[in-house]
Amino acid sequence: MAVMTYREALNLALREELTRDPNVFVIGEEVGLYEGAYKVTQGLLKEFGPKRIVDTPIAESGFTGVGIGAAMVGLRPVVEMMTFNFALLALDQIVNSAAKLHYMSGGQYNVPLVIRGPGGPAHQLAAQHSQSMEVYFYHVPGLKVVRPSTPMDAKGLLKAAIRDDNPVIFIESETLYNVKGEVPEDPDFVIPLGQAVVRREGTDVTVVAYMGMMYRAMEAAEELAKDGISVEIVDPRSLQPLDTATIIGSVRKTHRAVVVEAGAGFAGMGSEIATEITEEAFDDLDAPVLRVTGAQAPMPYARNLERAKTPTKEKIADAIRRVCYANGSR
Amino acid sequence: MPVTKVVMPKLSEQMESGKIIKWLKKEGDRVQSGDILAEVETDKADVEMEAFGSGVLRKILVAAGNKAPVGSLIGVIAEENDDIGAVVAQAGSGAPAAAASEAKAPSGAKPGMADRPAAVPPQPKSEDPAARKPSPSTGSESPGSRRVQDAVAAASVPQPSGDGGRVKASPLARKIAAQSGVDLKLIQGSGPGGRIVRRDVEAASTAPAAAAVAAAPALRPVAQPAAAGAEYEDLPLSPMRSAIARRMPLSKAPVPHFYVTSEVAMDRAWELREELNGLEGQPKISVNDFIIRACALTLLQHPGVNASFQGESIRVFHRVHMGIAVALEEGLITPVLRDVHAKPLAQIAVEARDLAERARQRKLRTQELSGATFSISNLGMFDVRDFSAIINPPEGAILAVGSVRRVPVVSDEGLGVGRRMALTISCDHRVMDGAMGARFLQDVKKLLEEPLRLLV
Repeated sequence: MAVMTYREALNLALREELTRDPNVFVIGEEVGLYEGAYKVTQGLLKEFGPKRIVDTPIAESGFTGVGIGAAMVGLRPVVEMMTFNFALLALDQIVNSAAKLHYMSGGQYNVPLVIRGPGGPAHQLAAQHSQSMEVYFYHVPGLKVVRPSTPMDAKGLLKAAIRDDNPVIFIESETLYNVKGEVPEDPDFVIPLGQAVVRREGTDVTVVAYMGMMYRAMEAAEELAKDGISVEIVDPRSLQPLDTATIIGSVRKTHRAVVVEAGAGFAGMGSEIATEITEEAFDDLDAPVLRVTGAQAPMPYARNLERAKTPTKEKIADAIRRVCYANGSR
Repeated sequence: MPVTKVVMPKLSEQMESGKIIKWLKKEGDRVQSGDILAEVETDKADVEMEAFGSGVLRKILVAAGNKAPVGSLIGVIAEENDDIGAVVAQAGSGAPAAAASEAKAPSGAKPGMADRPAAVPPQPKSEDPAARKPSPSTGSESPGSRRVQDAVAAASVPQPSGDGGRVKASPLARKIAAQSGVDLKLIQGSGPGGRIVRRDVEAASTAPAAAAVAAAPALRPVAQPAAAGAEYEDLPLSPMRSAIARRMPLSKAPVPHFYVTSEVAMDRAWELREELNGLEGQPKISVNDFIIRACALTLLQHPGVNASFQGESIRVFHRVHMGIAVALEEGLITPVLRDVHAKPLAQIAVEARDLAERARQRKLRTQELSGATFSISNLGMFDVRDFSAIINPPEGAILAVGSVRRVPVVSDEGLGVGRRMALTISCDHRVMDGAMGARFLQDVKKLLEEPLRLLV
């Protein structure tokens, strides 16, 4: 184990996979000479050369298509989106080609492609650059979607994504790149896709949260522990496939659930998880599943309004109290 | 000391209101938690109402002889110096209305968390974090007065109606209630909008029994003698008569009844009974005890008759709880003898007699009045040849027993005299068919005609 940042963990995962498999290559805007807009690909051009680390013009649809074509003939491209908001320009390539070619070719083609980059709300990046982009992808059959919350997960899950024979949407976060944590240096350390993890054990309520929301839920849990409310936090890590067994197992223990997501709530991950819980664990519920989500509004630039739009520690704690019937108003 | 609201307890499933027969404590009396405060007449029995708080009975809001809806405030227990003005005022408009009309519960007098019906004292489990949380304090009031304010605030929260409306309970609360045998209708929910949640069911399942058996002789409503020469008189319905009037159409109309009658030779059973009753130190055994025992054993062999229609399924019971109809002057009541399949004849005789006697004195416990899986109604003492009974839902069948009569019988030896008794079973056709009822009856007959089988 070594302590490193989330950014360094991603960089290490790329280096290890580039070394392990000559078919792996990285392609995107500023990934080579500039070493990545967020320095995730730092040092890679020098180490692996311009055939493996490919700079492109500002043309998401084009270089995503290049990645898909390369994947179809046997390479394992890692396409970087400078921010995942730009993936909207490549949506047709991703949805209509990457996700469907295996099915539409009758299994003749695999698309072992990873598209990675930061997404979700950060610090005053405003309406167009703060979107929780996972919702656009986990609805599409044929895509896997990963949201790694810690440096260890960032490394283990990125390596699993690169080794997966399906297209994987891998969304990081600007707010987490500097987060430090323990990371196994073992080049064979891989976290399989589709396995949730219990970040904190508790007995009174299950909170499902990932990325920045997971950290806010942890803070809320610390605060509520002083009031005698014991919060269990489940981090799904992969949204597609989703590890419902771990979530349901936790709810069967605590009998209450709150789902937190940064994006707008309508038809979001919270809706999906709340439905799974209701269908699978109805008789174990002592309260309706609550969602804490971003407001149904574009992200404002102003700092105070940005705070009003996103789930805060206070909003999460309030929902937990409500679901535990402990908010004083009964 | 906290202020304790005394509310009309819900003492049976059908109970919507109760009549105060008399107060055993008067205003100003000191009471301890557990003391008997009053006697209440319900549709099934007269029961004693316990105090669930200690202090002084400061106020009686519903006088003896008056009715009050379930859950409404009928008294207040507090210390001498506690201010009960808020509680009384809040119930003020409700109490007289409660006495006048049982149809509508006054909105101001519905119970909240701090004033559950007497059946369910608040006992949140200590491991529930929500219960551990102190209620938010607004100032420097004593804990007692704060609790009153909480109660007043809670009273404005909408509560589930006690008039047969849907019970709001969390799925988990329903599951635990089903497992622990708690009746959700008897619980006040502490969740949003009065939802019953886990902590409410857990508190209820650890609460003491709802009401003790009355020690004093029970009072009965006395009908006014009719004025001489009047053409007719309208007698008010006793609670029991109105319960029967309400429930019987709920059986006869929706439950498709069919009837099977059989005649049983009771000669050997009669002889055996006389022999048993001649033994010293043995309890007296009645013909009905023989029938109860025979039915219990036969129901184990015919579980399809020991069954209940559940809408989407048929619930087959593995135990036999026997409802035994007991005629009273003002109606009929069916106390339940539990696990009768596992009881020998002598025990059945003792327990059945005890139930019948206490039924006549109206001293039955509420839990002795529900849960039967099969019932027996015996009119033998009235020289009745045979009759058919109405099924008491959700049971699937009821056996009607006629008199044991001496009749001429034809045998191989010629004409003789024998003891015969008619049994008529009424069956719910949704649960069973004619042949099933007939086979059951045949086996009951066989046991009664070879009565030694009832002793082994």
